[in-house]
Amino acid sequence: MAELLEFEAPIDILLKEIEALSMLPSTDDRNREISRLEARIDAIRGDLYRSLTAWQRVQVARHPARPTTLDYVERLFTDFVELHGDRRFADDNAIVAGMADYKGTGVLVVGHQKGSDTKQKIFRNFGYARPEGYRKALRLMQLAEKFRRPVICFVDTPAAYPGIESEERGVAEAIALNLREMAVLDVPIIIVVHGEGGSGGALGIAVGDRVLMHEFAMYSVIPPEGCAAILWRDAKKKVEAAEALKITAPDLLGLGIIDEIVAEPVGGAHTDPAQAAALLDVALDRALRQVQEMDSDARLEARYGKFRAIGLIGIEGADE
Amino acid sequence: MAWFKKARKPLPSPQKVSRVPEGLWEKCPGCEAILYTKDLVANHQVCDKCGHHFRLGAVERLSLLFDGGTWHELAPALRSNDPLRFTDTKPYAERLRKTIASTGRNDAVIVGSGRIGGRDAVVASMDYSFIGGSMGVVVGEKITRGIEHAIAHRAGVVIVSCSGGARMMEGALSLMQMAKISAALARLDRERLPYISLLTDPTTGGVTASYAMLGDLNIAEPGALIGFAGPRVIEQTIRQKLPEGFQRAEFLLERGMLDLVVDRREQQAVIARALRFLHT
Ligand SMILES: [Zn+2]
Repeated sequence: MAELLEFEAPIDILLKEIEALSMLPSTDDRNREISRLEARIDAIRGDLYRSLTAWQRVQVARHPARPTTLDYVERLFTDFVELHGDRRFADDNAIVAGMADYKGTGVLVVGHQKGSDTKQKIFRNFGYARPEGYRKALRLMQLAEKFRRPVICFVDTPAAYPGIESEERGVAEAIALNLREMAVLDVPIIIVVHGEGGSGGALGIAVGDRVLMHEFAMYSVIPPEGCAAILWRDAKKKVEAAEALKITAPDLLGLGIIDEIVAEPVGGAHTDPAQAAALLDVALDRALRQVQEMDSDARLEARYGKFRAIGLIGIEGADE
Repeated sequence: MAWFKKARKPLPSPQKVSRVPEGLWEKCPGCEAILYTKDLVANHQVCDKCGHHFRLGAVERLSLLFDGGTWHELAPALRSNDPLRFTDTKPYAERLRKTIASTGRNDAVIVGSGRIGGRDAVVASMDYSFIGGSMGVVVGEKITRGIEHAIAHRAGVVIVSCSGGARMMEGALSLMQMAKISAALARLDRERLPYISLLTDPTTGGVTASYAMLGDLNIAEPGALIGFAGPRVIEQTIRQKLPEGFQRAEFLLERGMLDLVVDRREQQAVIARALRFLHT
């Protein structure tokens, strides 16, 4: 059973009741009671997850047991071989990339990787990528372009790593170059924002033909805590900031920033990673087929037009 | 995120002709000399004692870069309609209204077309006095239109960055302007038209991580703060003070991120020289 979040407290109480009952000798009455409690938990979870606030979604998106990029790779792809390094400075463990087969087609997979246990989290730098990660991603995406393989990017990072060496080695330049080159990379690119879409660090591998986003993922220009600290001058206003920033999948679909919402199991992807992967599989397969059917010029024109149009919704004033 | 600190100098005049600001003199933060304001204006806001570069408004910047100080402004009327209906301690719509009234500008960038050293050029100049030069949907649209205009007219592009980064009050729409402008720059790049990025104090966040770092030439003003994460965010992450000069233009030059650091008084000549080389 994955760790419960604070807003799931009503479930916690029922789980404890079930646990207490399970310790006692089994009787028909007790078993009926346990089934009743389990049904009650499903109903409460369903209610909770049907109406999550923005801040609650942030908590789900950051859940320690949320499936990682490599979890999805393992379930959806075959023959994955990870490739390493930017051929400039180092290999960044916060971004993984490699060759894989998806339903018989060779594809390049790129994604941020958060760790699942403490040791892994440290090894992955908690998903905070350094310049080398973005440069490795671009190097391999250009390899995919050369050999006509589609690219699938998995986005799940709090941010690009804000440290001295990141700045010294030009993390801004690395992200910027990815934005420019991904805009014209001449193979299909599908983006899956499955966890935290943390500002420029996310966008650095998130320019493509289709942007899919998980139901309870988040995608934001700044973490709610940071926004609260700056605009409210009070980091505790993160709940208000999360709401105001419009970071949820439904909000972003409405603003034209994402193309499709990928449904998650009731209770979030972490409660049933196998079902989460199966749901993604359907959406990913469809998106990839649609984009592969387009000829190269039409696809690149559509990609340009898609990002070109973002923001027009927020502009008024006479044209010349 | 330095933009909500007090601006160091009075708001620039909305008119094309520079008005002498209210105060008669200013103290130079570089050498502590007392400088007459009208001398500073005449000297393009550079201290003639120590060379400290004060912040320059977008209009003054365009006057300085374009031949004859004249240009044709592109899309001047575009304004944000507050797409998220954003409210923090006060409504963003109100903040916008007040800033438009006090600056006489509609948003944080002015885009003009004109000539530099006799060559057609589009210059986009950001203005820090408009919500910290933050990049939202209007900045994204105006710069993109400027680049597309340059492609259509075979002109070069200069973007003068002066910004704390993306505008939080327009949420992920602001973030996406990084991708939108970079996509337009990709087309400019493939058309073999020159793009010169001029980075001024400060250039941080999403502006640095998109167009500011994508120049065929990246040129910075002396002493400019240039970085992705703000210094305070980095200090909080690593729990130690940053070394003196970290994220300054000279530091970036040493680390290989810039082509040149150029004094403001020589920039027009250097950019004209570069366009002569690049604009074939
Ligand atoms: Zn001085």
